Amino acid sequence: MAAGAPLITFDKVWKSYGQGEAKVHALAGVDLAIRRGEFVAIMGPSGSGKSTAMNIIGCLDTPTAGTYSFMSVDAGRLDRNRRAMLRNLYVGFVFQGYNLLARTTAAENVELPLIYRGVASRERRDLAMQALAQVGLVGREHHTPAELSGGQQQRVAIARAIVTRPTLLVADEPTGNLDTARTHEIMELLTKLNKELGLTVTMVTHEADVADYAGRTIRFLDGHVASDSMNVEVA
Amino acid sequence: MVWETVRLSLRSIRRNVLRSFLTLLGIVIGVAAVIAMLTIGSGTTEKVKADISKLGSNLLVVRSGRPAGPGGPGGLDQVVRPLAEKDLAALVAHLSGARAISPASQKQVRVIFGTESLTSGVTGTDSAYLDARDWKLVSGRPFSDSETRSGTGVCLIGETVRQQFFGAGDPEGEIIRVNRTSCKIIGLLEPKGYTGFGQDQDNVVLMPLHAYQRRIAGNRDIDNIYIAADDRTPTSELQPRVEDILRDARRMTPDRESDFAIRDMTQIADAMASATTTMTGMLGAVAGVSLLVGGIGIMNIMLVSVTERTREIGIRLAIGAHEKHILIQFLVEATVLSLLGGIIGILIGLALAGLASVTLTIPFAPSPAVILLAVGFSALIGMVFGFFPALRGARLDPIDALRHE
Repeated sequence: MAAGAPLITFDKVWKSYGQGEAKVHALAGVDLAIRRGEFVAIMGPSGSGKSTAMNIIGCLDTPTAGTYSFMSVDAGRLDRNRRAMLRNLYVGFVFQGYNLLARTTAAENVELPLIYRGVASRERRDLAMQALAQVGLVGREHHTPAELSGGQQQRVAIARAIVTRPTLLVADEPTGNLDTARTHEIMELLTKLNKELGLTVTMVTHEADVADYAGRTIRFLDGHVASDSMNVEVA
Repeated sequence: MVWETVRLSLRSIRRNVLRSFLTLLGIVIGVAAVIAMLTIGSGTTEKVKADISKLGSNLLVVRSGRPAGPGGPGGLDQVVRPLAEKDLAALVAHLSGARAISPASQKQVRVIFGTESLTSGVTGTDSAYLDARDWKLVSGRPFSDSETRSGTGVCLIGETVRQQFFGAGDPEGEIIRVNRTSCKIIGLLEPKGYTGFGQDQDNVVLMPLHAYQRRIAGNRDIDNIYIAADDRTPTSELQPRVEDILRDARRMTPDRESDFAIRDMTQIADAMASATTTMTGMLGAVAGVSLLVGGIGIMNIMLVSVTERTREIGIRLAIGAHEKHILIQFLVEATVLSLLGGIIGILIGLALAGLASVTLTIPFAPSPAVILLAVGFSALIGMVFGFFPALRGARLDPIDALRHE
């Protein structure tokens, strides 16, 4: 990969659902580039196409037309299993509802992506401990999600996302279920990971003060990029 | 990875103990029924074989009358000609390959001692009878040749007869009344127990043939001739020789059908055993149907499990699980579930068969092959019936799965 080449490129990306009259364009010819190490907030009202764009960025979905390149790979043309491999190697996910496995300890949740990578159990355990330490959850590794607060659960989810040392972190409203204090803690954690590990972060949010943590804000409207601005205060 | 998956599935089974147990029940009942049926069945087969060999192994039994066949009972010209002393004499003189040849005439007769009485199977025979039937004496002696010839009033009694009249006492030398004649007990037969058909083999009295004929039957007939083959001669080889000698002795022209029947106890034993085996197989097949029902139960619960864990599948797919990982996870879970059911079923089935073997007094005959088969089959059921739900899970779209509530 050439130095400075964007990590993520949308080239006239369309995503359409339905047929004929009922056809809906969630994305209508979006062009977009995100470089390594950026912290991007994606905003927009519901139905604006931001979630669809995030699914494509995270290699969960593929465009109907146009090209989506991830690490200079035409990820939009890869089959399910190859995209699963890309996700496993390079993408970490954080969701609004945490999405931890119930009745499974924090450490085991964090280990999960490593299982699919075929990492031996002892190494898995070590890496999971490191990741939990990075999110400030030492001593909670044997707690199950039910025994953890919302903020702690989201920290476990972040540990699970970074345990594979991914290139990209995809966060879908990561603070949507948290109170203000917890929101700032989580956002500071993401900022730290972005700064210290050089982790590229793309985050969907509809809260302006959450978006302020990012270095760049992209607003979607009706399947188009309505605005794309650098956040001067943080940058 | 595989071990990981097995552990994972065990955990998810443990999480839903009640549901897993109810799911297992189908397989447990199915496997238990099959194992119990087949084990009891093979025990019964062994019992039948043992019973028939108690009648005497390698034994031919000749009786008068045509062999029952498709022709049915004959007409007037086939008045049954009983076996006679000269037939026996011809066999004794000419038959090779026999260890013992003995006549026997039988009747149920009232036997009396003091004020006690008992209806008993009384047999008139000679001293070769014990050898032919492979019976032994616990005490006393068999008939002497002179007693056989002259028809002296002596007899050997079975255990049931002894208990009825003498309790645990020594019957030797006592005089019992058989019908209207009296005879002196000279020996006690070894107990043989009941046959599989519920017949008491110890309620017997043996007396010399001539004594029986004169004092009880009132004729000179011989009902049966028992011929025990020696160790080198199979009964199938002996049978035609017996037939030739008897036809000759009874002066039968080649165009006439034999007016006597030769039964081969070995053949009867085999026929009985194969009938029991067929029966066992049929019962096993019926029990097998319940395994199918158990399998459908597994499929049902796996579908529920996949639906319930749609979100979990979504998470796994999102963080990089391949289709095959999800497929294997649910397949292993279904297989572990039904294998567990199979093992519990085997234990219950064996326990039932053990109980049956005690109450029915048949041998406990568990077959390792059947048990292995049951283990394999229950695992197979898990795989077959788990495949469809597992595939459904594996084919889920991660985005839809993550959105699932």
